[in-house]
Amino acid sequence: MEQRMPISLVTVLCLGIAFLYVPILVLIGYSFNASALGSVWGGFSTQWYVALLEDAQIRKAALLSLKIAFASSTGALILGTLASIALVRFAKFRGRFLLAGMINAPLVMPEIITGITQLLLFVSMLQLLGWPARGVTTVILSHIAFCSAYVAVTVQSRLQSTDLSLEEAAMDLGATRVRAFIDTTLPIIAPALLSSWLLSFTLSLDDLVISSFVAGPRSNTLPMVIYSKVKLGVSPDVNAMASVIIAGVGACVILASVLMRRAERRRLLEEQAAGI
Amino acid sequence: MGQGWARFVARRGRWLIILPPLLFLFVFFLIPFGFALKISFGEAALRIPPFTDLIGRVADGHPVWQGTWASYRYLITDDVYLVSVFYSVRTALIATLLCLLVGYPMAYAMSRARKSTQNILMMVIILPFWTSFLLRVYALESLIRDNGLVNAVLLQWGVIDHPLRMMHTSFAIYLGIVYSYLPFMVLPLYATLEKMDRSLLEAASDLGSRPWRAFVDVTLPLSVPGIVAGSMLVFIPAVGEYVIPALLGGPDNLMIGRVLWDEFFGNHDWPVASAVAIAFLVLLAGPIAIHQYYHVRQEDY
Repeated sequence: MEQRMPISLVTVLCLGIAFLYVPILVLIGYSFNASALGSVWGGFSTQWYVALLEDAQIRKAALLSLKIAFASSTGALILGTLASIALVRFAKFRGRFLLAGMINAPLVMPEIITGITQLLLFVSMLQLLGWPARGVTTVILSHIAFCSAYVAVTVQSRLQSTDLSLEEAAMDLGATRVRAFIDTTLPIIAPALLSSWLLSFTLSLDDLVISSFVAGPRSNTLPMVIYSKVKLGVSPDVNAMASVIIAGVGACVILASVLMRRAERRRLLEEQAAGI
Repeated sequence: MGQGWARFVARRGRWLIILPPLLFLFVFFLIPFGFALKISFGEAALRIPPFTDLIGRVADGHPVWQGTWASYRYLITDDVYLVSVFYSVRTALIATLLCLLVGYPMAYAMSRARKSTQNILMMVIILPFWTSFLLRVYALESLIRDNGLVNAVLLQWGVIDHPLRMMHTSFAIYLGIVYSYLPFMVLPLYATLEKMDRSLLEAASDLGSRPWRAFVDVTLPLSVPGIVAGSMLVFIPAVGEYVIPALLGGPDNLMIGRVLWDEFFGNHDWPVASAVAIAFLVLLAGPIAIHQYYHVRQEDY
């Protein structure tokens, strides 16, 4: 067993984690502040949450963003997983280098460049082909492109650690290649698929820069509405909305990871029982 | 869907897997750069879309080349672009270094924790990354405003007698970048430190190395891949950052992302904006290549 961590390292970790979480906690605290002035505490109140519920513009934007996030993360999951299978399982094929480069580049490409170049593409496509008009479609296409990179990173590392012999055994028993993959490898990479879908969902839900470029004038997503409010100055209802989003996402992520860990443990136990 | 289909799948089936992502990314990620390049040689015009074509037609129908280097010439002659590129690179470098200074000890401490604790710590570090980036930057603003919590507490305690000016300074931008990108630095560092063979340290200590010396001679060199990976993941997006300088910075903190945004939404000069994007991409080609190299090499393990 490892020895106890020295006190200095524990302090470092605690300070680092505090740095990451204090601003979020303060923001949640402010959302219950009756006073509209930044740091003045005017007593406990839920008025900003009520105001949030009554704001039609925010409701509309939130609904639109959820729709876009659902479509983008699903599309990104499919494309990112296919790319991972291609890169991990097929040793050599024409275009491998290109695919590897294109699937990794969005991870580091500044959003502003991706946004501006994709807008130019959509505008030119509309001119040449008459499709797609700027709006929900273009936002979804853009989000699929950058989210599939995050899916590919997650799924690739998981696929690399799976044991090919299970699939080979299934094929020896008469399963086709596709069937063997679905029955043996798919359940093993399922947690990675779920978590990369969730990650894509939150990344899409959160994106401001790319959406601002490729969205049309009438498709304002939630981050675009939040940004314009924040730009105008202190708006306490943004605190309330931020708290709702952070709490919602946090709860989903924690729940998903607990469920996945439990499923993983069950699978390991079953494998041990089966003597693999 | 009979014999023929089965034979097709067996022989050509893998293209059904390769082609969809390859084509999609080719059209929606790579081709756009071609259009940006093309439009950067055009001129702004009052029409939809607001730029001229490279090939025009004169009265008798002959095509004529009317592309121009004007946008690129403009980038070199107008100081604002060079100044903002320089400021962006400098800001991103300093912020990446600060991120490394904060992140390395955290990753090191994580790698020394008990295995079960490590998983929970991973979760704790990743969780903020899942929550909204925009909202986290906004949360930071409510802390460091002139009438924000930090100043209120310091005034209350009598540490300062008038509020510190933190918003709209370079400091605010460093803080914003370190705060937002810290998980990107910690995770690759943790991944390399965690894989490290601990017996090397024992060997160093058996040979009489003091812990600090052993760290400098053994741990630090072995964690270089993590340092490079983490630094690239922070540096490259940070150079092009828009939200952080727009929300936390002042008018003097001109980063290239902001200039690009204003060129586009404020001045509506698409050719100049495209030229800025292309020049910026050329500037980042080196760091992006380093990132790709390390990424692909890690996959080869």
